[in-house]
Amino acid sequence: MKYLCLVYLEEDKLHAVPDRECQACGDGFRKSGLLVAAEALQPVQTAATVRVRNGKLSVIDGPFAETKEQLAGFYLIEARDLNDAIQIAGRIPPAREGSIEVRPVRQLEP
Amino acid sequence: MAGDDRIQETVSAIYVAESRRVLATLIRLLGDFDSAEEASHEAFRAALEQWPREGVPANPRAWLVSAGRFKAIDQMRRLKRFDSLDAPGGETDVAVIDTAAWADPESVEDDRLRLVFTCCHPSLAADAQVALTLREVCGLTTEEIARAFLTPAPTLAQRIVRAKAKIRDARIPYQVPEPAELPERLDAVLRVIYLVFNEGYSASSGASLTRHELSSEAIRLGRLLVDLLPEPEAQGLLALMLLQESRRAARTTAAGELILLDDQDRSLWDRAMIDEGTRLVDRAFSDAQVGPYAIQAAIAAVHAGAATPAETDWAEIVGLYDVLARADASPVIELNRAVAVAMRDGPAAGLGIIETILGRGDLVDYRPAHAARAELCSRLGRTADARASYARALALTRQEPERRYIEKRLAELTEGKR
Repeated sequence: MKYLCLVYLEEDKLHAVPDRECQACGDGFRKSGLLVAAEALQPVQTAATVRVRNGKLSVIDGPFAETKEQLAGFYLIEARDLNDAIQIAGRIPPAREGSIEVRPVRQLEP
Repeated sequence: MAGDDRIQETVSAIYVAESRRVLATLIRLLGDFDSAEEASHEAFRAALEQWPREGVPANPRAWLVSAGRFKAIDQMRRLKRFDSLDAPGGETDVAVIDTAAWADPESVEDDRLRLVFTCCHPSLAADAQVALTLREVCGLTTEEIARAFLTPAPTLAQRIVRAKAKIRDARIPYQVPEPAELPERLDAVLRVIYLVFNEGYSASSGASLTRHELSSEAIRLGRLLVDLLPEPEAQGLLALMLLQESRRAARTTAAGELILLDDQDRSLWDRAMIDEGTRLVDRAFSDAQVGPYAIQAAIAAVHAGAATPAETDWAEIVGLYDVLARADASPVIELNRAVAVAMRDGPAAGLGIIETILGRGDLVDYRPAHAARAELCSRLGRTADARASYARALALTRQEPERRYIEKRLAELTEGKR
């Protein structure tokens, strides 16, 4: 089953973990066959939020949530079950600076 | 007819003794809580029908698991046929009945442990862990749990439904954690059990100080855990609960008024529970690593071992609090240690520690901190300070008997007693 591990970090800690460490983690996961995809994200200031209402496209900046933590990157992994996914998420380096949200992927109904 | 009655009684007795085990094994075999519950009901219904004719089987538990499994497979097939009439036939899913494996006591006990760890999975909300454990492991009804926690039954039912959905959708595995994960996962289980106990021992709100059934359930759970997994902290928690529970009859008056430890009639303490608790403390302390529950139980055992309050070994208690503070430092433990220091070295010594804690900004909204400060101030003759702290404690209490106790103390101070 696939789980999406969302990496959340406070803004001033976005670079607290060296890039090469995150790279090495992703490479390790890939070699063990655990990784589907992983990317780091630009800070939330670079984001645009898109909505379509009444067929009309609207764009605003943000999202700027109240929380100090922002989405900094993700790892899409393949795991046996939630315990397995939690163990893998615990090996993602930013886990020690911020937090990792582990979300099971839902199969779309045919 | 008389025979039928006897069979009914037998089935009821087997239900009480075995229904949780049957359920735990069916969850493993069927991989789903709801199907397992339904299958378990069906199995007991089948027993009521068939046993009067065919006699009670030699191994009722294995019979029930097997019957439940067949009912569930039947049900799944019916649904499948209903879902897709044109599906190619020939699914060969009726497994061979491996009764021997189901009857194997060890794998059955493992199933019970799997159930405990799944219900107490840390990814479930704390209140959901408690509700699910009482429902699935203890077999309490939703209504019983709702009453005990003063929660509306629909809210509680919703909590249980959501937790089961999460177990299914997030795929929380039905397994005992690996040794590497065990300490943390065991902590979560112990926390749930102790929460249930405390809810029953000292209800956090409401008029009734004790809700006995919850404490008994927690002790039953504690025993189950010690049987299945004799870890020192599991023994420590069971000991702690037994030693606290041993004082139940002595800690309130018939009218429900609170009686403090010093004023309790110690002849009302339950000796059997104290003996069992003390033995468990000794066992837990024979392990190299002593944890917070075992240490707290040891403190309770020192109290239990004193025939009168004056004979309490306060030096030993202060020593144990020092160990506890090293294992699990927290302001609450510091506060309890301060009270023990006051007993060993006099009120001024204890008061100094409490004022340091409060001065730091810790425990300022914690009712027992102000009650303890008030008590020590009153012993030192600092009546105005005592009154101010009791007033603060009174504002913070949510419990009727406690409120009445504090009001009584305030009145005594005003009348100039003590």
